[in-house]
Amino acid sequence: MTALLFTIIVWATGMLAGFLGALTGLGGGVVLVPALALLFHVDIKYAIGASLVCVIATSSGAAAAYVKEGYSNIRIGMLLEIATTLGAILGAFLATRVSTHAIAIVFGLVLLHAAYQSLFGKKQDIGALVESDSLAAKLRLAGDYPVGEQRQAYGVRNVPAGFSLMFGAGALSGLLGIGSGAVKVIAMDRAMRIPFKVSTTTSNFMIGVTAAASAGVYLGRGYIDPRLSMPVVLGVLAGAFLGSKVLVKAPVRALRVTFGVIIFLLAIEMIFNGATGKV
Amino acid sequence: MTDEQLEIFIGNLLRLGVLVSAVVVAIGGALYLAQHGREIVNYQAFRSELPELRNLPGICISAYHLRSDGIIQLGLVLLIATPVARVALAVIGFYLERDRLYVLVSLIVLAILAYSMMHAA
Repeated sequence: MTALLFTIIVWATGMLAGFLGALTGLGGGVVLVPALALLFHVDIKYAIGASLVCVIATSSGAAAAYVKEGYSNIRIGMLLEIATTLGAILGAFLATRVSTHAIAIVFGLVLLHAAYQSLFGKKQDIGALVESDSLAAKLRLAGDYPVGEQRQAYGVRNVPAGFSLMFGAGALSGLLGIGSGAVKVIAMDRAMRIPFKVSTTTSNFMIGVTAAASAGVYLGRGYIDPRLSMPVVLGVLAGAFLGSKVLVKAPVRALRVTFGVIIFLLAIEMIFNGATGKV
Repeated sequence: MTDEQLEIFIGNLLRLGVLVSAVVVAIGGALYLAQHGREIVNYQAFRSELPELRNLPGICISAYHLRSDGIIQLGLVLLIATPVARVALAVIGFYLERDRLYVLVSLIVLAILAYSMMHAA
């Protein structure tokens, strides 16, 4: 394949990943790495490096929109970033040590979970608590968010548990080059009892910073290839921009199911190829 | 300026950062395709990136000599720097609010990011 043709096809793939990622809210990274590895036979560590750059691009690009909605909590985000960035550096170092087969299998398992969430997951608000526990109160993590015209106050619990889960989310992000927004939301929503909307928007704020921590390691190890990353990042940005424009009209439920099925097939393919040593 | 206005200002600044880096990447990309578009590529076998494109001084020198891969890499580094700038601006924001605890928290995050970038340098 010539460089020109390769660039055009990879650009189109990135654009599709960015478009679907923005529409479904699942992020593009989760399909990007398997697509590059399985369809184009790109070495998985190059694919992860390119994906990390895209995760940063979409997270930073969307920051202004999220702030305007008034949900994100900067204090919670910043505190938990200590855990995610440390985890991300560990994950990135692991990625340079373990075999590509092992990375492919772990990636497949994460994809299986994402597919399950996309097909059967329900967004349920467990109901905000007004009282914070003593550590969360000392750290002044409580906040409020808009409900209709008013602002609803919420408290925060279980900071140590959330912090540990965030370390894991960061490690996965650094190892696989994904935003791992799903794990971040679980840590905030389930463990720390933060309202769902606040969790998802704060998670977006954290994703870029987390990815930047591992991107430094990938860059230093030579896993960020300019000729591969160029079409990927330009494609994803174009796709995410288009996705955010048509977001209102899109049949989200049908899209999530389609996306879920694609992710499920990619998961099986990744695990199979990892196990048989093809990736 | 209220908290929210400051956040929106920072958010718009980040979007501008993404736009600028995308333009730099696109310029490098156009140059690359003009010079090497017909060459055959293969990413199947792992081959570590050229040493001069792994650290900031090398990338800058390469971009200064108008090498296409150096220009693209410079755009990518700018992109990686946007969240770092976001944390640095948060340090200033918390300082202006006289929130010592969160100045410290943001500084720790900044130090971890600096460690990661240092590793790249």
